[in-house]
Parts: sequence; C-alpha cells; structure tokens
Amino acid sequence: MRFGVVVFPGSNCDEDAYHAAKDLFGQDAEYLWHKDTDLKGADVLILPGGFAHGDYLRTGAMARFAPIMGPVRTFADRGGPVLGICNGFQILLESGLLPGAMLRNRGLKYRCEHVCLRVEQTDTPFTAAAVQGQVLRIPIGHGEGNYFAPPDMLQQIETSRQVVLRYTNPAGQLDEDWNPNGSVHAIAGLCNAARNVVGMMPHPERACETLLGGTDGRLIFDSVINSFRGSLALHP
Amino acid sequence: MRARVFVTLKPSVFDPQGRTIVEALHSLGYTGVADVRQGKYFELDLATADAALARALAAEVADKVLANPVIESYRIEVD
Repeated sequence: MRFGVVVFPGSNCDEDAYHAAKDLFGQDAEYLWHKDTDLKGADVLILPGGFAHGDYLRTGAMARFAPIMGPVRTFADRGGPVLGICNGFQILLESGLLPGAMLRNRGLKYRCEHVCLRVEQTDTPFTAAAVQGQVLRIPIGHGEGNYFAPPDMLQQIETSRQVVLRYTNPAGQLDEDWNPNGSVHAIAGLCNAARNVVGMMPHPERACETLLGGTDGRLIFDSVINSFRGSLALHP
Repeated sequence: MRARVFVTLKPSVFDPQGRTIVEALHSLGYTGVADVRQGKYFELDLATADAALARALAAEVADKVLANPVIESYRIEVD
C-alpha cells in the first residue's frame, strides 16, 4: 500500500507519519508537497499534524487553498481513504471535507499528554481493526482541539454515526474530567458521511513504538492497511 | 474604498479568550465590564470607488476566507 503524506509549510509531524508507514509498517510512502497536484499513486492520504501556514487566520484556513487540496478532494470524493491528524483534522474541517470547526481549548492551555479514546465506530478504513468500545491510549498535542458543531449539525453527525473516537476515562466512560479540550460530546475523531475521510486530534503516528510510550496507534495504521488488502482481494 | 471587517465568534459559541479577559478585568476591579468577546479586525484596500461594490466584495471575501461561518459572524464598514 502506498501512503501519501501531504507536506505544508509548517507541517511538523509529516516525518513521523512517513516513518510509521514506511519503517514500522513496511509500506510504500511518498511526501506530497502542498504546491504539487500529483498524488504519486497514493492509496491512502495522510494530512499530518503541525502548523500549516503558521496557523495564520485560523488553523487550517490557509492550507485549504493549497494546490494539492484539489486532488485531495477528488481522491476523497472517489472514496479514497484520507486521514487528518491534529492540524490535518483542522484542515479537513476548514476544507469542508468534515463538518464542524475547532475552537481554542477550554482553559486556553496547549495540551500535550496521553489521552484515553473510546472507539465508537469500526466501519471506517482507519478503525476497522478495532473493537467497538475499545479504549486506546494515544497522545495529543494541540491548543485548538475544542471541537464545535452547532446543535443541528451535531445531531446530524450523531444520527449518522460519524463520531469515530471520544475522549473518555481509562474505563471507557464519558467523563468531562478526561475531556482535555472541552470538545462538544467529547468528540476526538470524526468521519464524513461516506466514512472514508477521518479526522482525529490525537496522534496515532506517535504511538506506534514502545520506545515512545505506547503502541495503541498501530491500530489506526493496521486498520487501513488491512482494509486495503481486503479491497485488493475483492477487486484484484 | 476601504472596508473594515470585524469577525467575532457567534453569540452562541463560547469564547474562552473573551472569558479569560473579562475575568482578568474583574480581578483588576473593573466590575462594570459585564462581558468581553474577542475578535479579529481586517482592513481591506479595495480598487473601487463604488461603496456598494466595495461592500459586496468585502462580504464575499469574508464569507470565503476571513470568517468561518460555522463559528463566526462578521460586520462590515465601508468608507
């Protein structure tokens, strides 16, 4: 499987994502420069964390207009798997590829710590290897991860089961003390209606090696790699 | 023409920065400040002398880029 890792000026988790895909999971990986329009044959796209375009105006607001985002949108519209991590999630929101918006963290602090996440949905390419209700321990690092959607949009998201990950306590129970940023409905990860585009604030690429304090992030990579193998078996 | 665009979080959206500022003001004794909403301010130099055209252009730019309609609203002044 070939991973395409989009690189914006200010991306800083691009090498981590590339490293995870290539060195830890033995997959092909290519960097995709924001000014390019060629996805280099990628089977899955990662929009990595960082501070694309310096977070000018709003997080992800400038990256939305990058030349690469045209082909990214086309790829997503055709059902290709797209994962936005942290700043990548913010870019997907600003692009309209996912619903809602990000606000400053409740408490205004940049939060950099491990959090507990409950897997809510397993019918996305990035959570297919998980069990519903499974609790993952994956780190976050962000100042604007306070997910917001107006009530009608929120209801639509919940009704169509688009919440993929929620912040919970270690027992997997909703608990505002374990919601690090104030996200509405403790939303940590979200998919689109077609379920192929997923955004998440936590960093799975930072949780793939015991050296880094945990390996729960492997599940996200395993999911998409297994999904791809499955689709190849169905459509060789 | 020049357009001034004021972008703020919608009233229904919690503004943690505004809240922190108003709490700081209260701690300084400015209890008469009931609330603070923080926002962004843009000055646009527009290559037109037509006020209606300037306002329409500023609104288009605000809709597409300057404000995020999910969380923010804006107000425009033209002169």
